[in-house]
Amino acid sequence: MSKSNTILYLDGVSVSFDGFRAINNLSLVLDKGEMRAIIGPNGAGKTTMMDIVTGKTRPDEGEVFFDGQVDLTKHDEAEIAMMGIGRKFQKPTVFESHTIEENLMLALKGPRSIFPALFHRRSAAEARQIDDILGIIRLGDKRDQLAANLSHGQKQWLEIGMLLAQDPKLLLVDEPVAGMTDAETEETARLLKEIARDHSVIVVEHDMHFVRELGVKVTCLHEGSVLSEGTLDFVSADERVVEVYLGR
Amino acid sequence: MITGRFFAAGADRRIAITILILLAVAIIVPLLNLAVSPTSAFYVPSYIVALTGKYLCYALLALALDLVWGYCGILSLGHGAFFALGGYAMGMYLMRQIGARGVYGNPILPDFMVFLNYKELPWFWTGFDHFWFAAIMVLAVPGLLAFVFGWFAFRSRVTGVYLSIITQAMTYALLLAFFRNDMGFGGNNGLTDFKDILGFNVQADATRSALFAASALMLALAVFVTWAIVGSKYGKLLMAVRDAESRTRFLGWRAENVKLFAFTVSAVMAGIAGALYVPQVGIINPGEFEPSNSIEVVIWAAVGGRGTIVGPIIGALLVNAGKSWFTGVLPEFWLFALGGLFVAVTLLLPKGIVGMWDSWRGNAKALRAASLAEEAGTDPVVPPQQKIVRSAATKPGDWSSSSPEPQPAE
Ligand SMILES: Nc1ncnc2c1ncn2[C@@H]1O[C@H](COP(=O)(O)OP(=O)(O)O)[C@@H](O)[C@H]1O
Ligand SMILES: [Mg+2]
Repeated sequence: MSKSNTILYLDGVSVSFDGFRAINNLSLVLDKGEMRAIIGPNGAGKTTMMDIVTGKTRPDEGEVFFDGQVDLTKHDEAEIAMMGIGRKFQKPTVFESHTIEENLMLALKGPRSIFPALFHRRSAAEARQIDDILGIIRLGDKRDQLAANLSHGQKQWLEIGMLLAQDPKLLLVDEPVAGMTDAETEETARLLKEIARDHSVIVVEHDMHFVRELGVKVTCLHEGSVLSEGTLDFVSADERVVEVYLGR
Repeated sequence: MITGRFFAAGADRRIAITILILLAVAIIVPLLNLAVSPTSAFYVPSYIVALTGKYLCYALLALALDLVWGYCGILSLGHGAFFALGGYAMGMYLMRQIGARGVYGNPILPDFMVFLNYKELPWFWTGFDHFWFAAIMVLAVPGLLAFVFGWFAFRSRVTGVYLSIITQAMTYALLLAFFRNDMGFGGNNGLTDFKDILGFNVQADATRSALFAASALMLALAVFVTWAIVGSKYGKLLMAVRDAESRTRFLGWRAENVKLFAFTVSAVMAGIAGALYVPQVGIINPGEFEPSNSIEVVIWAAVGGRGTIVGPIIGALLVNAGKSWFTGVLPEFWLFALGGLFVAVTLLLPKGIVGMWDSWRGNAKALRAASLAEEAGTDPVVPPQQKIVRSAATKPGDWSSSSPEPQPAE
């Protein structure tokens, strides 16, 4: 396999926690501009895979490359974020004691050192960007409210908004519709498809309706490696996938 | 929204009032001490000037701690060490000012060095005969220690109780070191018998008043600086690191640098507090490194209100006034009272006095708004359906389930 023209390239990646192999010889390739849905039962290693890509967890072995040439295992979280990989956590994680607007301001692309932050004044361009994102995530009328007061679904959207503010090349989105109503789920699928028009995206999700809505290539993980890969119809017809989902 | 902005404005007004009070106190108290006849009812006795001057230094120390604890979640149990180091730097200057007036009459060596048979001044005492040099050291020594300590601790991601324990170990190690006679800082007697500061007699009423005023002004400045830091984008980041450190990392921020800056600034503030404290109490000894001192500072901040600017100041003033009173009346019970106070505050007033005041005011305001609205015959402020998380909201931009209106995404 060639790494050129890939945005993310994982080959033979393994990681163990106290002898337990959470990721086992995992290989996964994402092309530039592609959106991929990753499914798999609880404990399949989906979140751990994101931890590896974002520098939170070091793999025991294997290659992890970003943009065809950057070895991600040699960088830490902040560096990887600055290269252009953004991440939404499984449990929505926003800054609860800040307002929606402040959350976005902290995420907005720009210098990340202390002194510029100390003397930072919001520019008109930044204000416009924040307004745009607030429109996209539909929290415009709540901009001055504390993030703590948002509902679970709204926090998910705020976190996606923070990802947009960061303007990464690759977005890793972990279970974005957990705890959402059907209508919200649809909205989220629409939003992600919109984002995928000019970003590479990996979405982890259990919700099959949502995955169908996305209409992209699907990878099913199981026990830390790829079980099946292809269209949703192909994957859900795969006997091994059915077995994994229906019980052991 | 509006209440949010109102409270923000309220908080700024509170800062302005605090600064004005401190500036007024810096002028009025010295005047009432120096220019008013001792027989007048308005006379402020000198011992009160010295005592409150000391409290102001404690308040500055508590504010310094709150910058890291309240705003960044770093529970330092070693801030007394930065305070003491600033105090020692000032003490060394004051020792050099004694000159030949010591018991042994040695023009260069302080008395304790003559007593311990030092032949010459240790190298690290050079320069301390100049005030400007000592003043730089007051800032640099605590700042540098905090920087080096923080560099290692935050880089290796030591957090929570482990960090608290190593800060406590730091101050304890310094306590043991400063107790030693061969360290060259006067051993367990510390530095004392000061005569002059900048050529003025430290015991004179006018000097005491000036030191009091300097403490009040410095506290006012620290309030302003802390307010500016906390209100900046960096300040938002500081609180973000407190609430969700890993989130900040995945946004590309270096959480360790965020902490390191606040920790260093805080240590410098603590050092200044110590430097102002020493000439007012007339002594600095290794007891200031006592781990329990640092823990007391945490109690002051907790009592007044952690994560606020005014809270730690109020806490430090009240607890220390209580301590002075208590140790006069029932000295053996002070520690129990302090411990009991901490438990009571933790259980009953988790946000301290200022936090309780704010929530009480918030409730009162909401009630008043509600009753006003009722008088006007309209609905009370909070429409009940807003509490239900996903109601069929129809306002544009609302979190809407029933009518998702498509919006242009870019
Ligand atoms: N830091 C960790 N320490 C120990 N075990 C872990 C750690 N992270 C993940 N695991 C384990 O790895 C397995 C995969 O977890 P995860 O990636 O969260 O699964 P998924 O997101 O697919 O539900 C789980 O069994 C989990 O308990
Ligand atoms: Mg997961």
